[in-house]
Amino acid sequence: MKKYKEKVMQMVFLIAACTSILAVALICVFLFANGIPAMAEIGALDFLLGKKWRPSNDIYGILPMILGSIYVTAGAIIIGIPIGILTAVYLAKFCPKYIYRFLKPAVDLLTGIPSVVYGFFGLVVLVPLVRDTFGGDGSSILTASILLGIMILPTIISVSESAIRAVPESYYQGGLALGATHEQSVFFITLPAAISGIMAGVVLAIGRAIGETMAVIMVAGNQARMPAGLLKGIRTLTANIVIEMGYAADLHRGALIATGVVLFVFILIINLSFSLLTRRVNR
Amino acid sequence: MIKIDAQDIRHKLIMYRRSPLSLVLLLLVISATAITVSVLLFIIGYILVKGIPNITLNLFAWEYTSENVSLTPVMINTIIVMVSALLIAVPLGIFAAVYLAEYAKRGNKLVEMIRLTTETLAGIPSIIYGLFGLLSFVTAMGWGFSILAGAFTLAIMILPVIMRTTEEALKAVPNSYREGSFALGATKLRTVFKIVLPSAMPGILSGIILSIGRIVGETAALLYTAGTVAEIPKNLFSSGRTLSVHMYVLSSEGLYVNQAYATAVVLLVIVVIINWLSNFMAKRLRKGNGVWERSRSIT
Repeated sequence: MKKYKEKVMQMVFLIAACTSILAVALICVFLFANGIPAMAEIGALDFLLGKKWRPSNDIYGILPMILGSIYVTAGAIIIGIPIGILTAVYLAKFCPKYIYRFLKPAVDLLTGIPSVVYGFFGLVVLVPLVRDTFGGDGSSILTASILLGIMILPTIISVSESAIRAVPESYYQGGLALGATHEQSVFFITLPAAISGIMAGVVLAIGRAIGETMAVIMVAGNQARMPAGLLKGIRTLTANIVIEMGYAADLHRGALIATGVVLFVFILIINLSFSLLTRRVNR
Repeated sequence: MIKIDAQDIRHKLIMYRRSPLSLVLLLLVISATAITVSVLLFIIGYILVKGIPNITLNLFAWEYTSENVSLTPVMINTIIVMVSALLIAVPLGIFAAVYLAEYAKRGNKLVEMIRLTTETLAGIPSIIYGLFGLLSFVTAMGWGFSILAGAFTLAIMILPVIMRTTEEALKAVPNSYREGSFALGATKLRTVFKIVLPSAMPGILSGIILSIGRIVGETAALLYTAGTVAEIPKNLFSSGRTLSVHMYVLSSEGLYVNQAYATAVVLLVIVVIINWLSNFMAKRLRKGNGVWERSRSIT
């Protein structure tokens, strides 16, 4: 009887563990089953490389949105990566303990702020700021990049910090012994040794930036046209889904789901490279 | 406090004169950190300064009307969605973590599959979850925009968080505990439920608190699953917006900016409390080396 109970509970645990396999499978099935037929009806090439998105005329090309996502993500990376890595270096190698006690929770708090609050902040502070300093109407690639750059900071900082801390102390000490200063030793010995861990953090941050929805919608302008400049508005893949899903029907709806499929494939590729990178680090 | 050592400073000055690059690097590192911290302080400060004056008693009135966009129904919705999502995800996540930490054998293909898919789930952006929830729970299951559809969607979203934190907490429990329990003649199941899980409780709680944070802050996954009705739901099948969705609707309508500021303050306060609680729990786990006080009182 006792043995029986043990076996049953082990099965229950196993089934619970298989939920994640089931969940991923279901997500794939529902997305692809609803998105692929629409993509086929529009024509895969017309859909992916079409430069016009006019649902009212049944023209569905998502190249503007793909480029929009890539531009905004690239902007966020350019802004977020240097600041994030340098902050991580400070946290790991420069920071006295009594400052660390305040800085670490501060970085954690940056992670915890909901994206809609970031978006609202962007809407009431960054948009007017960009409009007044650079002209244009404020909702632009630049604004979205700055906001996303801030939002990916905590991801880069925490992953890079642990990568830097994982480098053996003896590397750093060897640098000092050869006459390098503290800064030289950290930047030219410890940091290069941590590079693959830091790269993993960067990839994770790219995933975050490309998948971010609410904050981008509130500051990017959302015009469904080819990118026309840093100070012009743009629409990302994520924004396309949220903005039009509310009233879309038939092929339009299918095209939006297919947009989700494209985004999903992007994310899968990014996840795959992230796990490849971390596996290399663990070895 | 901070000791100022004149000799030390002089040494440093000489060193920096010899290697100006070092000074540049030092300044770079410090200014990057200063930027990070000041951005955080500015965001929080700005929202608090603009938001706190807008927090009025009216904002917490029972009824939601277009003249008075009360937060009460929205907060009740948030709690209902949160509790139902946790009810689904917490048992599943803990059981799954128990399997991975206590039963799974290394190198098992199925276990590797489970880990890979959990990692994948953790990386999927919330809008994809929202889309999936819309296609499956709202449309295919025919639940319509409902609290239940929102809760199921969020449950899948927080499952990897709970699984990962619980597994880490279980692994932090020293093996001697399990051995001691086996030596006393306890079965594996009894050991798991009476010894290992109670000892790992702070870690598990910190994971649950973390997922509460995700739920409270989530918007994209709920917009097209739980919907945007700003009333207290009649049952689990009626639509209801949560605090974050409410804030998005307010700021995109552009009619209630002051109320949006106030909502942002409420969200920030919740997030700060959640962060503090989660850190507190994690510290508790570290201090006790995976052991919680209560595990001592097990008889």
